[in-house]
Amino acid sequence: MSYVPHTKRQEQEMLKVIGLKSKEELFRDIKPELRAKSFDLPEGLSEFEVLGRIKNLAAKNQAELINFIGAGFYDHFIPAAVDALVSRPEFYTAYTPYQPECSQGWLQAIYEYQTVICRLTGMEAANASMYDGGTALFEAVMMAIRVTGKNKIIIDSGLNMIYRTMMYTYTSNLNIEFVETKVVHGRSCREEIFKYLDDKTAAVIIQNPNFFGAVDDYSDIVEKAHSLGALVIMSVYPVSLGILKTPGEMDADIVTGEGQSLGIPLSFGGPYLGFLATRKKLVRKLPGRIVGATTDEDNKRGFVLTLQAREQHIRREKATSNICSNESLCALRALVHLCLLGKKGLINLAKLNYNKAEYAKALLDKVKGVEVKRSSPTFNEFTVHLSKNADEVVSIMYKKGFACGFPLGRFYRDMDNYLLISITEKRTKGEIEKLVKALEEVLCD
Amino acid sequence: MRLIFEKSIPDRRGVKLPMDDVPKAKSLRGKYLRKESALLPEVSELDVVRHFTNLSKMNFSVDTNFYPLGSCTMKYNPKFCEKAAAVDNFSNLHPLWPQLLKDDYLAQGALEVLYETEKQLCAITGMAAFTMQPMAGAHGELTGAMLMAAYHKTKGGRRKYIIIPDSSHGTNPASAALAGYEVIVISTDSDGCMDLGEFKKHLNKDVAGVMLTCPNTLGIFNPRIKEISDAAHEVGALMYYDGANLNAILGKCRPGDIGFDIVHLNLHKTFGTPHGGGGPGAGPVGVTEDLVKFLPISVVAKDDRGKFYLEYNKPKSIGYIAPFYGNFGVILKTYAYILLLGKEGLTEASDAAVLAANYIRVSLKNDYDLPYDKICMHECVFSASKQKEQSGIMALDIAKYLIDNGVHPPTVYFPLIIKEALMIEPTESESKETIDSFIELMKKIAKLAKENPQELKNAPGNMPVKRLDETKAARELNLIWNP
Amino acid sequence: MNIEKGLFYTKDHDWIKIDGNQATIGISDYAQHALGDITFVELPGIGKEIKQQETLSTIESVKAASDIYAPLSGKVIKVNEALNETPELINTSTYNEGWIAVVELDKPSEKENLMDATRYEEYLKTLE
Repeated sequence: MSYVPHTKRQEQEMLKVIGLKSKEELFRDIKPELRAKSFDLPEGLSEFEVLGRIKNLAAKNQAELINFIGAGFYDHFIPAAVDALVSRPEFYTAYTPYQPECSQGWLQAIYEYQTVICRLTGMEAANASMYDGGTALFEAVMMAIRVTGKNKIIIDSGLNMIYRTMMYTYTSNLNIEFVETKVVHGRSCREEIFKYLDDKTAAVIIQNPNFFGAVDDYSDIVEKAHSLGALVIMSVYPVSLGILKTPGEMDADIVTGEGQSLGIPLSFGGPYLGFLATRKKLVRKLPGRIVGATTDEDNKRGFVLTLQAREQHIRREKATSNICSNESLCALRALVHLCLLGKKGLINLAKLNYNKAEYAKALLDKVKGVEVKRSSPTFNEFTVHLSKNADEVVSIMYKKGFACGFPLGRFYRDMDNYLLISITEKRTKGEIEKLVKALEEVLCD
Repeated sequence: MRLIFEKSIPDRRGVKLPMDDVPKAKSLRGKYLRKESALLPEVSELDVVRHFTNLSKMNFSVDTNFYPLGSCTMKYNPKFCEKAAAVDNFSNLHPLWPQLLKDDYLAQGALEVLYETEKQLCAITGMAAFTMQPMAGAHGELTGAMLMAAYHKTKGGRRKYIIIPDSSHGTNPASAALAGYEVIVISTDSDGCMDLGEFKKHLNKDVAGVMLTCPNTLGIFNPRIKEISDAAHEVGALMYYDGANLNAILGKCRPGDIGFDIVHLNLHKTFGTPHGGGGPGAGPVGVTEDLVKFLPISVVAKDDRGKFYLEYNKPKSIGYIAPFYGNFGVILKTYAYILLLGKEGLTEASDAAVLAANYIRVSLKNDYDLPYDKICMHECVFSASKQKEQSGIMALDIAKYLIDNGVHPPTVYFPLIIKEALMIEPTESESKETIDSFIELMKKIAKLAKENPQELKNAPGNMPVKRLDETKAARELNLIWNP
Repeated sequence: MNIEKGLFYTKDHDWIKIDGNQATIGISDYAQHALGDITFVELPGIGKEIKQQETLSTIESVKAASDIYAPLSGKVIKVNEALNETPELINTSTYNEGWIAVVELDKPSEKENLMDATRYEEYLKTLE
C-alpha cells in the first residue's frame, strides 16, 4: 500500500504532459550501472497485520514492574489533555514555522514555551528546544566558549555520567580542555573547583539536584566563576524547580536540562526535550530557533522566527550550531503540561515528590542492611548503601516485581553496593511500603 | 489571540494530582528553596484545551493544506503509524530497563524493533549497518563527520577539509564545522551538478570527505556520481550521503551501491513520521563494512539463541552521541511504515513523487524561469527573477499570495545559488486534482504579477495576521512575555 | 548607489576614511543595500589588535549576516557604541553616523591596496 492517489489513467495524462511514455523514463539519469543491486524488503502488509506484529513485540517488554528508577529520566503522571492536544494534526503534521502568517499557532506556542522555561529557571531567554538534555549541554559548552573566547571547562562529576560521556564524544576533535572535579559524600567539592577555576576557564558545569540526588545552593561557585570571567552552566531537573532555588537566583549564565519529566512519555529513550535558556545579553550566541513577538501592518501582535542570521540555513559553517529539526512537539507537550499544572500545581507536584521520597528514606533508614546517605538534602531521588551487592539485590527484586533502583556500580567503580532510588508522585504509600518490605526480606536473607 | 498567561485567573486549577498519602516531611532549608514561585498560568483544563485547539487552527499542516515545501518531503503520514507508536509497553518503557539486570536484557520487544528497523534501512540503502541513535538529520551529519574523523585517525592521521557543493543544505557545512573541519565549497555547473573540474582541483589527501545530497537540492540526480566517488576514494576521502532527498530514489538506486560510505536518513521526511512543527525527527546513520566498528555505543545485537542484547564493548567506537537508543518513538513509526508499504509501496512512492514534480515543472515552465530545464527528480526549482524584473514581484510575494489561497508556499530563497528561488516538492501523496489547482493558482499569480502586482504585494489578507515586521522583531527583541 | 568622494573602498565593500595614522571604517551604500535592514552590529573590543583581512565585526540583517574584514592592520581605538541601540544608522547614515570602528594603523602602506571612489565605482559596474 503506497498511499499514492493517482489512477493509471491520470498517470498517463501526466506523462503525456511531460512528454514521456513511461514512468521509467523519468529515472533515465540513474544509469543501469547505478541501479539498486537489490531491494530486499517483504511485500506490504495491512494495518491489521502490522498492528498484530507490533503488539506481539510490545508484549515482550516487561513494563509492568513497579518502577523506582529515575537516573535523569522519570516516571511522572501525564494528564490526558496533553496527549489529546499534541495529537491535533494541525500541530503534528506542520513543518517548522518559517512562513509566519500560516503558522501563528505554532509560533505563539513556542513563544509561550520560551516564557514558561524562563519562568521555571529564572532566565531571560530560551530557544525553541534541543534534542535532549545531553545535546543541550554540549551546545551550552560551545556557547560558553564562543562567549568567553576561552576553552577550559570544569565539570563537577555530580553531572549525569551519560551527559559527560556524550560531551567527550562531541568534543573529541575540538581543542577543549576538560577538568572533572570530584564529588565528596555526594556533594560537589568546592575546594577542587576553586583550585581549577582560573582566568582560562570558559565555564563550570553543575547539575542540581546532582546525579546522586543531592540538592545544593551553588551561588558561591557562580560568584567565584564570575570573578574570574567564567560562565556557569547548570543542568536542572524541571519538576524540582517547583520548589528548588532556581539557576537564575544563583546567578547562573546558561541553563540546560532534560524536559522529559514535563509530560513526555519515557518511550524507551526518546523523543525527549532538551531545553536551553540564558541571559538576554547572551542571546545572540544562543543556538537553535528562537521566536520573537512583533507586529503586522495593522499593528496587531504576531510572532516570527527571529535572529535567524545565527542559524545554519543562513550562516552555514559559521552558524552558532548545525541544529535544524528540533523537538518542537515535545516542547508543546511540556508547555501544555505546565499550563495544566499551573503555578500552584507545579509547587504541589514538587512537594509531593519530595514528601514521598522523604517518607521512603525514613522507612529505609530502619531496614537492617540499608544506610540512607544523608550528607546532603535531596529532592525525589537519593542514594542508599546496601549490605549486599546492588546488582544481586536488583535481580532478586526484579523477580518480586520491582525495578527497585539503579545500581550505581554500573557507572562508578567502588559503588557496587550503592543503589539510586527515585520516587515520583506515581508511587503510592502502599508501593513504597512494599518496596521497603521486599528489600528487607532480600537483605536479611 | 491572547496568550495563555493573559487568560490566567488566580487560584484556578487545570489538573488534579495523585493523593498525598504520606506524612508531611520537614521542609528543605530556605537557602535551597526558590523565593518566588514560577509564574505559570492558572487556568482550567477547558481553558487549556480551547487555547491550544484554537492555536492549532492557525497553522497550515499536511492534513489540512497542500504543502509543497521543497526539500522537506511533506508527504502524508498514515494515521496507523501514530497508533503503532502509542502502543502500551513501548510508550511507558524506561530506557534503563535493558541495563537493569546484568545477565539479561529486558525490553526484548523494543530491542527487536531497533534491530529490525536497522535491517530494513540496510536493505533500502545498501549499507552494512546503521546506528539508530541520531535524533535529527543534522545530528546524523555531525555523527557522520565524527565517523570520518575516527576513520582517518586509524588510517594515519587527521584530515582538515570536507568538500561540500554550494547547493547543499546549510546543515552540511555547519555540521562539518562543528566536528572541527574546514569547509571547501564547490560551485554548481551548467547542468545543475557539482562542478567536476573544480571538485577534482580541490581534492587531495587533506580532504576527509565529500558531503553530497543526491539527488541534490535542485532536484537533479548527478549521472556522474560514480566518477565523483571513485575520485574521492582515490585520495582516501570518504563519501557522505545526505539522505534528505531519498524519497526520489527508493528501490531505484541505493547509496551503498554507488560508492557512498556514510549515509544519514531523515525518517521524518521519507518514512512516515510527521514533522511535528519542527521535530522530533530521527537521523539514523548507515555505514559500509569498513566503518561499522566506529559506530556509536551501544549497538543492538542478537545472540545464538535469538535473544537481543546491547553491545558496549566497542573499543574503536566514537562513543556516546545520545542518552540511549535514539528517538525510539519515531523509529517505531518508521518500522510500521516500511512494513505497511513494503517493497512495491516504497518504489511506487518514489515513482509518484518524481512524476508529480515533473508534471509541475513542465506545466509551469512557460510562466516562471526554470534555471535547469531538464528532467528532475522529486522536486523542481523555479525562479521568480522574471517577475521581479517585470514588476518587482518577488518569491516572497508569491509565497504570501499562496498562503492567502490555502496553499503552503514552496521553499523560497533556497538553494542560495538560485535567485528568487521557488523550490517545489509535491510528494507522492497529492492527487492530480490538487496539483492541477496549484498549477492554475501559480499561473494566475504569474498573470497578476504582470497585470496587478499590487494584489500580490497586499497578500496575505485572509490570515490571522498580515505581513509581520521581522526587522522590528530582531531589533527590539521580545522573546518572552512580561506583563 | 551613493559613493562618497574622498573615501577609500575595498572589494568587500568597506569604506575607509584615513586621517593621519587613523582609519575610520564602515560599510558602503552598496553593502547596506545588499544586507537590507540592519538589526545588529557586533562591535570589536577596544584595544583589539587586528590584521588586514581578519574579521573586524559582524553585521546582521533579518535574512543575512556578513563578516566585515579589516581593510587595514592596526589596533582598534574607538567603536561606535551608538550602533548597539540603533544599528539602523548604517542604513540611514552610511558614511557618517554609521561608522563602525576607528583603527590606529600599523602599516599605513597597506592603503595602497585600497580603491578610491572612482575605482570603486568602476568595480561596482563589473558586478552587475
